[in-house]
Amino acid sequence: MEFLMALMVGALVSAAVYLMLARDVLRFLFGLVLVSNAANLLIFASGGLTPEAPPLVPEGLKAPPPDVANALPQALVLTAIVIGFGLFAFALILIYRSYQTMGTLDSDRMRLAEPEGRD
Amino acid sequence: MAATQTDSRALTRPAGLISVAVPLALFGWFLQFLPEIAAGGTVVYRIDWVPSLEVGLGVLLDGLSLTFALLITGIGALVTLYSTSYLGGHRDYGRFVCYILAFMGGMLGLVLSDNLLSLFVFWEVTTISSYLLIGFDADRGTARRNALQALLVTATGGLAFLAGIILIGMAAGTFDISGIGEPLASHPLYLPIFLLVVAGAFTKSAQVPFHFWLPNAMAAPTPVSAYLHSATMVKGGVYLLARMNPSLGGTDPWFWTLVLFGGVTAVFASVMALRQTDIKQVLAYTTLMALGTLIMFIGVGTEYAVQAAMAFLVVHSLYKAALFLMIGVVDHGTGTRDARVLRGLGRAMPVTMVAAMLAALSMAGVPPLFGFVGKEFLYKAALDLDVGRLWVTGCAFAASALMFAAAGIVAWRPFMGKPADTPTAPHEGPWPMLAGPLVLALLGLALGIMPDLAEPLVRPATAAVLGVAAKVDLYLFRTVNAAFVLSLLTFAAGFALYLSHARLRAGLSRTPKLFDPGWDRLMDLVAAGSTALTGAIQTGRLRRYIFVTFATLAAVLSVALWRAEVTLAAPDFDDLRAKHWSVLIFIMAGALLTAFTRSRMTAVAALGVVGIGVALIFIMFGAPDVAITQLLIEVLQVVLFAVAMLKLPHLGRDMNTRPRAWDAVLALAIGGLTATILIAVMATPLDLRLTAFFEAASVPLAHGRNIVNVILVDFRALDTFGEIAVVAVAALGAWAVLRGTRGARP
Repeated sequence: MEFLMALMVGALVSAAVYLMLARDVLRFLFGLVLVSNAANLLIFASGGLTPEAPPLVPEGLKAPPPDVANALPQALVLTAIVIGFGLFAFALILIYRSYQTMGTLDSDRMRLAEPEGRD
Repeated sequence: MAATQTDSRALTRPAGLISVAVPLALFGWFLQFLPEIAAGGTVVYRIDWVPSLEVGLGVLLDGLSLTFALLITGIGALVTLYSTSYLGGHRDYGRFVCYILAFMGGMLGLVLSDNLLSLFVFWEVTTISSYLLIGFDADRGTARRNALQALLVTATGGLAFLAGIILIGMAAGTFDISGIGEPLASHPLYLPIFLLVVAGAFTKSAQVPFHFWLPNAMAAPTPVSAYLHSATMVKGGVYLLARMNPSLGGTDPWFWTLVLFGGVTAVFASVMALRQTDIKQVLAYTTLMALGTLIMFIGVGTEYAVQAAMAFLVVHSLYKAALFLMIGVVDHGTGTRDARVLRGLGRAMPVTMVAAMLAALSMAGVPPLFGFVGKEFLYKAALDLDVGRLWVTGCAFAASALMFAAAGIVAWRPFMGKPADTPTAPHEGPWPMLAGPLVLALLGLALGIMPDLAEPLVRPATAAVLGVAAKVDLYLFRTVNAAFVLSLLTFAAGFALYLSHARLRAGLSRTPKLFDPGWDRLMDLVAAGSTALTGAIQTGRLRRYIFVTFATLAAVLSVALWRAEVTLAAPDFDDLRAKHWSVLIFIMAGALLTAFTRSRMTAVAALGVVGIGVALIFIMFGAPDVAITQLLIEVLQVVLFAVAMLKLPHLGRDMNTRPRAWDAVLALAIGGLTATILIAVMATPLDLRLTAFFEAASVPLAHGRNIVNVILVDFRALDTFGEIAVVAVAALGAWAVLRGTRGARP
């Protein structure tokens, strides 16, 4: 499964990079969503893959059974998902706002900061 | 010519008083060390400044630094006294006093530092204050341009010097000058060190081909020219080479570089001096000649040569400062500095004439002035050489003869003959402007008659440069020897040159100027180059920047993988079941669809497919909490997208959406690299210490059975708080951005 997981993360990253290189900023945003999914999977997979044993301590025991999943990457990924969402939401609002101001989603034509000059 | 407003009341005002009192007090303070230094002692004092970088504010007072310190403070006091009259009425006189005192502090720090790093800091202080002083009349375009030129040339050399210092620190293991034990000549880094240090010294001391900034620096007010650009700052490079002589000197590259460049500078500059019509420019070029001579003789490096160089250093500082100050008086008294106009000033300006004559005789090397002693010793040192005797003697002779002629142009001709018409009727300057030239000129005379008086300075200075004790015996005249004959020849040649100087000037002025226009061309090239470069990298297109960023990432990852020599095990498909395959296909299909669809609704749906696929993976591998969060977020995302879609246009409506081959190549490269890294990471054994701690501590310490929850809300609660803060800030930001849409421009 490790190999398959790596393949999947690679495919997600490829799709994300391809989207982020597009002229349409909405596509860029799709890429951003994909890349945060890929990053979450990558962190999760680096912590080891343990099938179907959530890191819970059963009633009456002081510690979990020896073969439960690694809790640490799960905690990290949980945080990352939420922060990724914050980033997504803000980027979406930003895109919306720039469309309002500039009337386009074409990043090549968003030239407020660096106007077409002598180049 | 320079706007000179005299106002002798400036001396009684605080700025003027301070500017004179400080250098005078320092001069007295340094004088008390003279007996100790003359007896062969050195004063070393250090305080740690940045101990972790081995930067100490070490003070090293030996013959060399004391000579410089006395020149800096002594001439400094006379120059600031002069300035109270020369610039006292200037509206920015206070600014001038700040700059000149800052320069004085920097220069003193430069010659007193025992640590190369602090020496460098002071070196740059003098560069910057010189920039400010050259551009003091900032209303004039030439002043600004010339100030910038001086700054760029000397600061570029300064950077080279800094690199040299770092190499010295690596080679010698210390940045303390007194700590560099043995010569670095045999060290493998010697040649780069030598070249870098010489680059710093040659730019600072204006050696050919970096000489052009110094004549331009004459845009500064005359007291500044007298002080910085003849007596002190430009000798910084000379000081540096003299100071480094024990550790870097004595090698073939050292000898030939210094002797050749110094000689060329000396002769070239003194020829160029004859070309000038502005007597201040004549002096500027003779300063170049003196600097070239000093560097040539430091390069020669014999005991006699160093002794001659040290004597000449003192000689030159005295007469050159006097002459510059004299020119200020003439400029102020007549309104012009044109050598072709100035005639017969002697009657109207007798005191100035006496000072000018004495200083000029010293410059021409006529007995019994100190200049004669200096020149005789240069000749003797040159004639004593085994290697390069002809070159050094020839350069010294040619430069001295031309100097004789220059002295006549600057100080004889303007005062003799019939009075000529000048813009204002010639009149004598006020006493603060006469004191400086007169005192310095008389000192030149006194030291000429009694050269022994200079020995307590020249002897320890020579010893400091050589690194060993030196026998120094200065005298005016003993016997008729080769040097004396050469002196007589110099006078004859110099007199002939003086008589024909008008014709020489006419001939020389037809030669094209090379260096200064060359500088302008270089600056234009730099500007054009940076415009082209900026145009090439700053295209203003977001996706170009992103492309470059990802390409860099791909390159860095490739190099990292290659250097880590990762070996990948063959994939193992034994444990794969249908659910694994199906999730894989699910996610990959979603990703592909998102990447290539032309409909935004399809894209959003495909994103949802990917998100749910990821949630399924979380469920499969024991992370139900993460899966729940993922699903919730997916729903929120779709809702937000849907709301935004109402207001946004369809995908790529107004854009070219052809497949992008290069983007695809880069995307596949980054994806492939990520996958490779992940495989390599998963093949290494896991460090489970933290996980083990959380598993063991979850129930006893935090009383929670869901370990992931315990980590989030207990052990790493502060991180979770930070996460909430991030979301809150994003929400605030989004709110602010949306609010701004009201009344926005269309």
